[in-house]
This record gives sequence, C-alpha cells and structure tokens, in this order.
Amino acid sequence: MKRIYLDHNATTPVNPEVLKEMLPYFGEEYGNASSLHSFGRYAREAVEDARAKVSNLIGPVEPVDIVFTSGGTESDNFAIKGVAHALKSKGKHMITSEIEHHAVLNTCEFLAKNGYEVTYIPVDEYGLVDIGAVKKAVRPDTILISIMFANNEVGTIEPVKEVSAIAREKGVLFHTDAVQALGKIPIDVEEIGIDLLSISAHKIYGPKGTGALYINKKAKMTPFMHGGHHERNRRAGTENVAGIVGFGTACKLAGEYMEKENRRILALRDRLRDGINKNIGDVKLNGHPLMRLPNTLNISFKYVEGESVLLNLDLKGIAASSGSACTSGSLEPSHVLSAMGVEPATAQGSVRFSLGSENTEAEIDIVIKELPPIIKKLRDMSPLYDLRKK
Amino acid sequence: MNSQYSEKVMEHFKNPHNVGEIPDADGIGNVGNPICGDIMRLYIKVEGDRIKDAKFKTFGCAAAIATSSMITDLVRGKTIKEALEISNKAVAEALDGLPPVKMHCSMLAEEALRSAVEDYLKKQANKG
Repeated sequence: MKRIYLDHNATTPVNPEVLKEMLPYFGEEYGNASSLHSFGRYAREAVEDARAKVSNLIGPVEPVDIVFTSGGTESDNFAIKGVAHALKSKGKHMITSEIEHHAVLNTCEFLAKNGYEVTYIPVDEYGLVDIGAVKKAVRPDTILISIMFANNEVGTIEPVKEVSAIAREKGVLFHTDAVQALGKIPIDVEEIGIDLLSISAHKIYGPKGTGALYINKKAKMTPFMHGGHHERNRRAGTENVAGIVGFGTACKLAGEYMEKENRRILALRDRLRDGINKNIGDVKLNGHPLMRLPNTLNISFKYVEGESVLLNLDLKGIAASSGSACTSGSLEPSHVLSAMGVEPATAQGSVRFSLGSENTEAEIDIVIKELPPIIKKLRDMSPLYDLRKK
Repeated sequence: MNSQYSEKVMEHFKNPHNVGEIPDADGIGNVGNPICGDIMRLYIKVEGDRIKDAKFKTFGCAAAIATSSMITDLVRGKTIKEALEISNKAVAEALDGLPPVKMHCSMLAEEALRSAVEDYLKKQANKG
C-alpha cells in the first residue's frame, strides 16, 4: 500500500543529499572537533562550515552567534533558563504566549515554580498574539519576551516584527521559537530584531538530535550545559559533527529551494483544503487564513474525534496528526486550539495535515478521495451528528 | 498510539458491532463530555428481564468505539442484574486489554450501561 506522509511538522525525512554529506563523519572522519591533530581539524572545519550555512538561512548573521544544541527543545530551555539566570538581578518577570510549544511553556512553568513570574499572552481566534497585551504586560522587572515565530499546530505566523519593536522600545530581550518557521518562510534575524532564535534540523529534512540557538551579542546568558569549553563556553559537549554537518546542508538546501517549494507546497495544500471543503460539510479551518505557514492545514471535522480519523487514515497508509485529547496523551484537547477559543468538541475533531517535499498532486488527490467515506462512517456512529440532524 | 492497541480493539474499531439507534428503546444511557473527548449513548431493548438488543452511538477515539461495540456484545441476552455486574475491566479484558491511558474509555462503557439500565428501571417505575 502506498504510504502518504502528511505530518511534516512532526518531523521530516532526511534529504539524501544531507545524508550523503553526513556519512563521512560516521566513517573515516570521526575526529573530535576540539582535537589538535588532523582528525580534529577536519571535523572542526566541517562544523564551522555548517555554522556558516545555518547563519545564512537566518540572516545572514555572524556565524559565531550560533550555538549548536541537541535540538529545538534544548535551544528553548537554554534561551529561557539562560536569560532567567543571567538577568535575575534585573528582574524575574517573563512574557510568553498561550500557544507556545511545550518546550517553552513547561520551561516557563518550571521557572514560575522557582521564583519567577510569567505572563501568558492570549491569542485571537486565528492564533495571533494580542500585541496590545504584550505591550501592557511589560514591567520594569521584565527580562524576556518569548513569542514563537510560527505555530506548529495551526501554522499561524506571529507578528514578530511588532513584538520585536516593543521589546526594543522597552529594553527587553526577545526570544522566538522558530523551529517550525525555519526553511518554510524567510527569516532575517537582524531585520526583524530578534535577540534569541531557536531552530531545529529535523523539521527541514535534516537529522533529529541537532538544533541551534542564535544568541545576539547583547544577550547575557548563563550556560545550560556545563563542562568543556565547546561553543565558546556557551554549550559544553563534544560536537555532534555528523548532525551539525547535516543541519548545515539542510539549511543550505532550504535556502535554495524555499521560494520555489513554498509555491508548490502552498498550491498542494490549498488543493487539499479545496478538496475537503468541496466534499465534506461541517468543517472548520483552524488558524489564520493567510498569515499561515504554506504547508500547514489544520481542519476540524465536526461531530467526530481526531484519533479515530487518524487511525482510519493510517489504515489507508495516510499519516497526519491531531489536536484531540486522545492523541495528546493528556485528557484535554490541544492547548493551542483552546487558547484560540475553539470549542472542546470541535478541537477534538481537529486533524493537522502538514505537507512537505515528497508530496505530490496524486497523493493529495488520494487523500481527498479517502477522507469523505471515513468522516461519513464516523459521523454515522456519532451521537453529536444525530443531535445536529435533529 | 495505535501500536498499543490489540488486534481485537482494532477489529472492533474497523467493524464496530451494533452501531445505531433503537427508536423505541427501553433504556438510554448518555455519558461523557466533549472536554475529555468521549461521548457514548447506549440504547437497550429489554424483554422480560433480559436485554434483547443493544445499540450504540459514540464520539471518541478507537478505544471508545471498541469498548462501546464490545459492551453491546456483552450485554446481549444478559439479565438486568447480570448486566449491572459487567465491569469496565471485563470490557477491557474481552478486548485483550487496553493501553493504561485508555482504560478510562472502558469506564465510560460501564457507566453508559449503568445509565441505560437506570433509565430503564426509572421508566418501569413510572409505568407502574
């Protein structure tokens, strides 16, 4: 059975060219990048070459301002805890949004239990952060504003330029979790005015286990990982050379293909959206209609539950994800959809399709064909659909 | 997620038994809420003191659908007293087990049955 993968916001396949670039660093070039000898120097060159490639995709910025980490989650932890600790004599108040990834939310929650105060900014029905509320929330003791660049569940692109303006005006550091945005939309850290930026390789056809944090020189940070002098004493740990090389190549490719790919994927995504709207009633788009990542389509199918839709799709070889409670592992539906004011029953019926490089028109047409009977079968079983019919 | 489901659960999920309504049902049980994402409605038809027929409608995940389907199988032909003894554990066991985070779905099935039986008994009391 043909497998169709529509869950690129969860992870992406490693691009064959990326893998090819990585392999030597598992093989003959196994040197530790900190070693003095030729083995080390070779690895060191590869790391710095990758660093330059990553810096090009977010600016360009000075490569030295990029610290490699184990991924987006570590970068978020590093950014938030690093600032919290370094600036604690200035203040202990932080501002973030209600729709951040758990790597940000749970880090903030941890700090809130340890003497810090966090203000969570609400979002509107499209998932856009309330800029007025951000401005109002800033206090003399505010040390960090962390608002994500684009949301992973619904794809809404946040007004980061406006947030940056507020941060600059008030003299507060601005961190953004750009894990989902990288490679999908252009990012110019200096033009927007971002002090700390979290990114990850496995969302852009690079390997899992590698990410980075861009740290503007003016940002005071306490290291998160103590140990050797790696990354100029900012993040200890022997460099994951192969992973870093993969990340660099993935960034290079993303920069080359972004514009063309975006247009192609947007067209496919909208083809899927139109096919769904045409053939299935009682659906709702979650996320901003325009200010949204080109590959993301989060749709609620009313009167049915997300996990049962996903499993039915999976039986047909189609992979997607959902914001339902059952898929989140908790007993509550997606915090993002809840923050957007989506009713619980509607949130439970949400399915996220996130497209990527391997998807084709033929695949999209298969999904358009397979969805209606799945939704119909589940609705025929649903007491909520009954109520509507009455 | 789905790799945790037994084959029996998947069978009942793919081809659930007794989906539907009983228009002149003798008892209807309504349980669950949208916040946790599972809503079950169970219809029973009672003849003498035995459950002659049972049907369900469920909004929920694979575990919710499978436990609903299984419980309609389990109650068929049972007396009211026997039906009230069917526990959520029995439903889960009949399905060769459920992942721990999904056990609450089997609780819902047990509650739906109780609710349907209570409804039946209330209707009987009103008749008399």
